[in-house]
Amino acid sequence: MRRFSWFNATSLTLGFAFLYLPMIILVLYSFNASKLVTVWAGFSTRWYGELLQNEEFLDAAWVTLQVAVFSSTLATLLGTMAASVLVRSGRFFGRTLFSGMIYAPLVMPEVITGLSLLLLFIGIGLDRGVFTIVLAHTTFSMCYVSVVVSSRLSSFDRSLEEAALDLGCSPFEAFRLVTLPIIAPAVISGWLLAFTLSLDDLVIASFTTGPSATTLPIKIFSAVRLGVSPEINALSTIMIAIVTVGVITASLITKRAAVAQQRDEQAAIRSV
Amino acid sequence: MNPRRIFLIAVPYLWLLALFLVPFLIVLKISLSDIALARPPYAPQLDLSAGWNGLRSFFAALDLENFVFLTTDDLYWKAYLSSLQIAAVSTVITLLVGYPMAYGMARAAAEWRPTLLMLVVLPFWTSFLIRVYAWMGILSGEGVLNQFLLWTGLISAPLTILNTNLAVYIGIVYTYLPFMILPIYAALEKMDDSLLEAAEDLGCSRTTAFWLVTVPLSKAGIIAGCFLVFIPAIGEFVIPSLLGGSGTLMIGKVLWEEFFSNRDWPVASAVAIILLLILIIPIVLFQRNEQKQREAEG
Amino acid sequence: MSQTVFAPWDDPTQKPLIQFKGVTKRFGDFTAIDNLSLDIFEQEFFALLGPSGCGKTTMMRMLAGFETPTSGTILLSGQDIAPVPPNKRAVNMMFQSYALFPHLSVWDNIAFGLRRGNSSKDEIAQRVEEMLRLTRLEKFSKRKPHQISGGQRQRVALARSLAKAPKLLLLDEPLGALDAKLRQDTQFELMDIQEKTGTTFVIVTHDQEEAMTVASRVAVMDEGRLIQVATPPEIYEAPATVYVADFIGDVNILEGKAHQAGDKVEIAWADGELPIRGTTARTFAPGQTCHFAIRPEKVTISTERPDSANVLRGKVIDIAYLGNLSTYHVRLGNGTMMKAQTANTRRLANRGITWEDDVWLSFTDTAGVLLEH
Repeated sequence: MRRFSWFNATSLTLGFAFLYLPMIILVLYSFNASKLVTVWAGFSTRWYGELLQNEEFLDAAWVTLQVAVFSSTLATLLGTMAASVLVRSGRFFGRTLFSGMIYAPLVMPEVITGLSLLLLFIGIGLDRGVFTIVLAHTTFSMCYVSVVVSSRLSSFDRSLEEAALDLGCSPFEAFRLVTLPIIAPAVISGWLLAFTLSLDDLVIASFTTGPSATTLPIKIFSAVRLGVSPEINALSTIMIAIVTVGVITASLITKRAAVAQQRDEQAAIRSV
Repeated sequence: MNPRRIFLIAVPYLWLLALFLVPFLIVLKISLSDIALARPPYAPQLDLSAGWNGLRSFFAALDLENFVFLTTDDLYWKAYLSSLQIAAVSTVITLLVGYPMAYGMARAAAEWRPTLLMLVVLPFWTSFLIRVYAWMGILSGEGVLNQFLLWTGLISAPLTILNTNLAVYIGIVYTYLPFMILPIYAALEKMDDSLLEAAEDLGCSRTTAFWLVTVPLSKAGIIAGCFLVFIPAIGEFVIPSLLGGSGTLMIGKVLWEEFFSNRDWPVASAVAIILLLILIIPIVLFQRNEQKQREAEG
Repeated sequence: MSQTVFAPWDDPTQKPLIQFKGVTKRFGDFTAIDNLSLDIFEQEFFALLGPSGCGKTTMMRMLAGFETPTSGTILLSGQDIAPVPPNKRAVNMMFQSYALFPHLSVWDNIAFGLRRGNSSKDEIAQRVEEMLRLTRLEKFSKRKPHQISGGQRQRVALARSLAKAPKLLLLDEPLGALDAKLRQDTQFELMDIQEKTGTTFVIVTHDQEEAMTVASRVAVMDEGRLIQVATPPEIYEAPATVYVADFIGDVNILEGKAHQAGDKVEIAWADGELPIRGTTARTFAPGQTCHFAIRPEKVTISTERPDSANVLRGKVIDIAYLGNLSTYHVRLGNGTMMKAQTANTRRLANRGITWEDDVWLSFTDTAGVLLEH
């Protein structure tokens, strides 16, 4: 039995308070009727109404969503390919460079990634906008996807693929019918990670965008530089709510699946 | 090699070459160029139509002038030093906050652990910008924290926290805390409880057992967590620009301003190159730690 | 009832199903298979037996098409199979880990290979049902692999690999994951299914008992070479080398110098001891070093001096009581340890002999074998 002491309880309570109080305060103040964000003047949903009237924010949200969907999908495709190369392809010319280029963006400061991509886009004379942000986001998030997928792939029992070949599959069929369905959870979480990274990114998007496209983080950043604003509080609350619902749903689904699997396995043991 | 394999390797490879390596080489090249009042604001430019002579004069025009400039203006090396210092201090604070939490999670009843883990991961999925922004409303002069402290009577005049280095520390600890907790928790969670029982059986008190058994066994997690906080904190831009003041010097912010405000691309590029050189050491150490851990786990 | 002995390997008119011809396989500097030649015949239940790393799995993977020989050829029904990719071979494999597709039901796992061919839906369904009946899995067809027991999984893997009616079925340590009791039952089931389907089985195992039980012929391998290929009784009673004798079952080995004495051979194995008398078809040069191998159950233990071709004197050091058998560890005059085994046919029998007793060990002159190395 693990011994759970009062010390453990205190550190968890304080720690989680530290993690969650700022966000709870943010959410509370989004319902503050006063324009002065520091004075509580009663409950109101006024700022949500104003937010929904604000075309600039709505436009920025739309741009952000487009960028996130395109870049995360592309990143998942490329990242899964890169993962299978990393795990499966053995030695080939330039392998060290390849794995270096996969891992480097994970630790590269965003300011450098953004700066270098901007210089490239200017160098080749590419008009900056949604397209260039998608290229930039795909590049760094494919590396995250490939890390997530390759950790799943490396624990994947290769004899499953060999069994598929043995039973008459072509290599592509074996991937589509056996490998992909089994690694699907990792691919999906890779996609979600890429999607979130893209939604979240301020620095790289600031460098690689042009006047035609403003993403939500860029919009929020320029607004909050001037100080706290109740509209941003409302926007933040909406975003927090979406993430919370999403994460809790996902964890409930996986938990249910895990419980079902455990029950099945126990039933199998009993039925011997 | 069959065509399928070539295709599989070539697509992500070419993508990364074009959008990671080439841009990086461009940064390197511009860092060796001179500022010019044209668009793009740097010279020389590679003129391939001039052939071999063009290439030669191009390389001849490159020099280390920008790097020399960085050493003469003390703004830059102060910014590098203060970035390192801020990152190091925040890493230590994050460890002090994160370890007890990870330890508490690992000791909690098994049925609670997934929930606690989810509570740690949840902020990670929430927008980074919003999490930093949340502290602006708390730390400002008339913010929630000052109001609370005034109300309790602990202070008589509001404290200035926002726009100081203290606010930057709080911001880094807050946003990077999950990165510290997760690897330490992973190390503690798989630790065998009978090890502690064995230590106590052999005469350790609970406290000495903790220091002699638990801490050494979570070392790999501690190291991983520290690097995961330290490395990105050095190049941080959002936190110092929202929570820090005019006195807060961090290299990410300097780079941003050099590029967007001064439009000095060669110097901005040189700043980026030096930043990378500084990061290489902790990154290599981190990689080695990961490697060792993988080998230890077989 | 007349019974013809199944022994195609002794019949020169029989064409082998599989032929290894001078096959070598290297992985870098490591030679996994060393210039190996072997014939396997139709309807055989052929076992590749050896310690891990002896090359048996590599041989199987070459048959399945997951490895190609570095040199030499492998023929299947007279055709070189090197250029045929695994998915085009009439060979199926049952994997050690079973490699059941976790996202598919038992039914879909068995149907997986059939769906890759041109069979109609009805044909597939019929064949799957047939396989389910053969392996007694009808009740579990809708379950996923993690919802059934280990023994059931093993049968699903077998059904799946048999569904396409391959010319050759490869089994890689098929019973390795099962516990001892289930293993024994499953061995007989495997033999039964092999007989019913008439498929040629090649099994890879490191378990000598398993190989002896199921196989029509056993190939004992070591370091990429075949040491002996023979039927289980031959392997046990007439091992070709000390390695084989030692690998299969329990054995006493005495080293000595051989001398021909009429139609017998006398082995001088220790100073001050009488030579051991044995028979052999081989000829030994006078004074040639040889090894005399004798199984413990062929050594009789008694308290009185018996009348036998070979009689040795010693002291009981240890007794291992195994229920049906007892094994006596006896130290001979020069310190050599020898094992003798008796069947405990009566309850509490043989209690006459106990620790520290002086005993006589005896065996006939045909009980052991003489080996060169």
